[in-house]
Amino acid sequence: MSNQPANHRGAAGKEPVAVVGIGQTHHVAARHDVSIAGLVREAAQRALSDAELTWADIDAVVIGKAPDFFEGLMMPELYLADALGAVGKPMMRVHTAGSVGGSTALVASNLVASRVHRTVLTLAFEKQSESNAMWGLSLPVPFQQPLLAGAGGFFAPHVRAYMRRAGAPDTVGSLVAYKDRRNALKNPYAHLHEKDITLEKVQASPMLWDPIRYSETCPSSDGACAMVLTDRTGAARSPRPPAWMHGGAMRSEPTLFAGKDFVSPQAGKDCAADVYRQAGITDPRREIDAVEMYVPFSWYEPMWLENLGFAAEREGWKLTESGATELDGDLPVNPSGGVLSTNPIGASGMIRFAEAALQVRGAAGEHQVDGARKALGHAYGGGSQFFSMWLVGAEPPTG
Amino acid sequence: MRDVAIVAFAQSDHRRRTDECSEVDMVMPVLHSVLAQTGLRTSDIGFTCSGSSDYLAGRAFSFTMTLDGVGAWPPISESHVEMDGAWALYEAWVKLLTGEADTALVYSYGKSSPGSVRDVLTRQLDPYYVAPLWPDSVALAALQAQALIDAGETDEPALAGVAARSRGDAAGNPHAQLPGPRPQGDYLVRPLRTGDCPPISDGAAAVVLAAGDRARALCQRPAWIRGMDHRIEAHSLGVRDLTDSPSARLAAERAGAFERPVDTAELHAPFTSQEVVLRKALRLGDGVRVNPSGGALAANTVMAAGLVRLGEAAARIQRGESDRALAHATSGPCLQQNLVAVLEGEAQ
Repeated sequence: MSNQPANHRGAAGKEPVAVVGIGQTHHVAARHDVSIAGLVREAAQRALSDAELTWADIDAVVIGKAPDFFEGLMMPELYLADALGAVGKPMMRVHTAGSVGGSTALVASNLVASRVHRTVLTLAFEKQSESNAMWGLSLPVPFQQPLLAGAGGFFAPHVRAYMRRAGAPDTVGSLVAYKDRRNALKNPYAHLHEKDITLEKVQASPMLWDPIRYSETCPSSDGACAMVLTDRTGAARSPRPPAWMHGGAMRSEPTLFAGKDFVSPQAGKDCAADVYRQAGITDPRREIDAVEMYVPFSWYEPMWLENLGFAAEREGWKLTESGATELDGDLPVNPSGGVLSTNPIGASGMIRFAEAALQVRGAAGEHQVDGARKALGHAYGGGSQFFSMWLVGAEPPTG
Repeated sequence: MRDVAIVAFAQSDHRRRTDECSEVDMVMPVLHSVLAQTGLRTSDIGFTCSGSSDYLAGRAFSFTMTLDGVGAWPPISESHVEMDGAWALYEAWVKLLTGEADTALVYSYGKSSPGSVRDVLTRQLDPYYVAPLWPDSVALAALQAQALIDAGETDEPALAGVAARSRGDAAGNPHAQLPGPRPQGDYLVRPLRTGDCPPISDGAAAVVLAAGDRARALCQRPAWIRGMDHRIEAHSLGVRDLTDSPSARLAAERAGAFERPVDTAELHAPFTSQEVVLRKALRLGDGVRVNPSGGALAANTVMAAGLVRLGEAAARIQRGESDRALAHATSGPCLQQNLVAVLEGEAQ
């Protein structure tokens, strides 16, 4: 036996999973007007309204967020049970570092796929203004290298390695940031709305962790994202077109070890391959219409384009440079503005999953990709070691 | 529904301090033991899930270090809950039910010794209105115990009896931290005496799950999971009846616990008074063997104690000492959240 799924017999026995409700908060640097409970309830209420369901229709709640130190609260789901209508219901808390928003949705989807529950509310949040995420990540640990004051210091050398390996010109990162921040102007929920953004302004912004500039870095946001997942019967009652899950997977590998490829981790490749296999995708570049990719630092767009199989190794930057990943390109990446425009860390992965679902439902508003039928949601976390992804489609899965 | 069983269980010795070892040091022997029991290697496992708490470890993303102990290379299908390992087992069970995997490795661990666990657990409380007052876990349990005494459900000698029975039974458990009789001691927070409270423990536990024929191939007498469910209650103590546990009752009902009597119950009741609440909610009569392992009163490794209950119940079935057992895990102040699993062995 290998660690591959058992066989198609098992897969065919699964209940199809549909996304029938999506809600998020407006993301901002600090939501002083609401408590954590108020914040999560806002997103959950919007997801229920979208699905035209009530709290009573929900069988279970699956909640995720990044480390508890970000708000200084241990296992906040206990305190949030009331706010999320979970009293008397099952409630679970997932934590898989930065990939958690995606993992949380996948754990929720398994509850439906296994027929343990029919309709599940899944939600992820971060209220970074309650604490300081950079120092939450930088607690000193004996006998271990510190994470160098936040994530940028950890990831910058890997970006450098990519540039060197791929021979990429140092202008590519700023193109990604300029694109994502312009896309965010079309997304009313995005945190950063830089109306006067220009490529020159991105390129002139201060260098933070060479080669990552200030404007190529994600903001620190308060926000939450919620989805209602349901079975075939629930989908039939949905007032709006559902998004159907065609594949989902998680993969993990160790943080540090000799031979680890930080530029293109094996766990990311394996995770994508598993999702494509489940969804019957053989040529992701042609068959996928939109991608919501976890890009907290601009250079991760070309890096993940390669890791996810959209471009050959060392060719990802060419795809970005060609304009293919623009909103009107043939492979739009982060039409919502992405993590570069909105980053409530624990929710960021779920926003990617939810924005992918919005695209195939045709409900993405001004940042809608015309005719999107299949979309990929992607999240990663830790030291590029945890991956979670799903592929959603406008049509139910076959078979 | 697919048949899924617990086929192997391992735990560390639970101890008051483990200054000499890291969480990884603590987890590795347990992982090796549980895999050795089945002959499986990490690369054979279909899904891995763990439970732990960053607050106990004192650092963000603490579980990434223990994942290194698993040996996640080539990459594995893996997830983590910031909860007791019993919920990691629940996530893995659901994954096996989808048919996406045939085997799962579940583990959890906790070290309470580096800090004050009573203080740490106050950070679980409502952050705006309650946590700033720092009411600790023993004080909150004492409120529950007093409510039970006031309601005539128990008295101090009866609670002392629970403590004596649990630690007496723990004498037969080589991993227990408090085996054999202990003095009831002085009041810690009235009406709870030292003897009514759990020890402060460091430790780890691991379980292997397998579906159908895989389970039969890996274990002589698998402990089949006939049902499993968990429920949460309101957080605020002011809106709960502390003498009852409706969430435990509902979880038991959904897990099928009331369909036929069980012969054994492994309850995660860190305080003697909580056993009184759970026995009533779970309708456990005097004929049911409760906590033959000694339970959480003999070793209470926070984040693993619930998984240990599932493992102890399964091990008893595997040894032929039980045919139908109930296993329970709890989380949150005064039994706010409860999980119940029903395990069965096939006729021998």
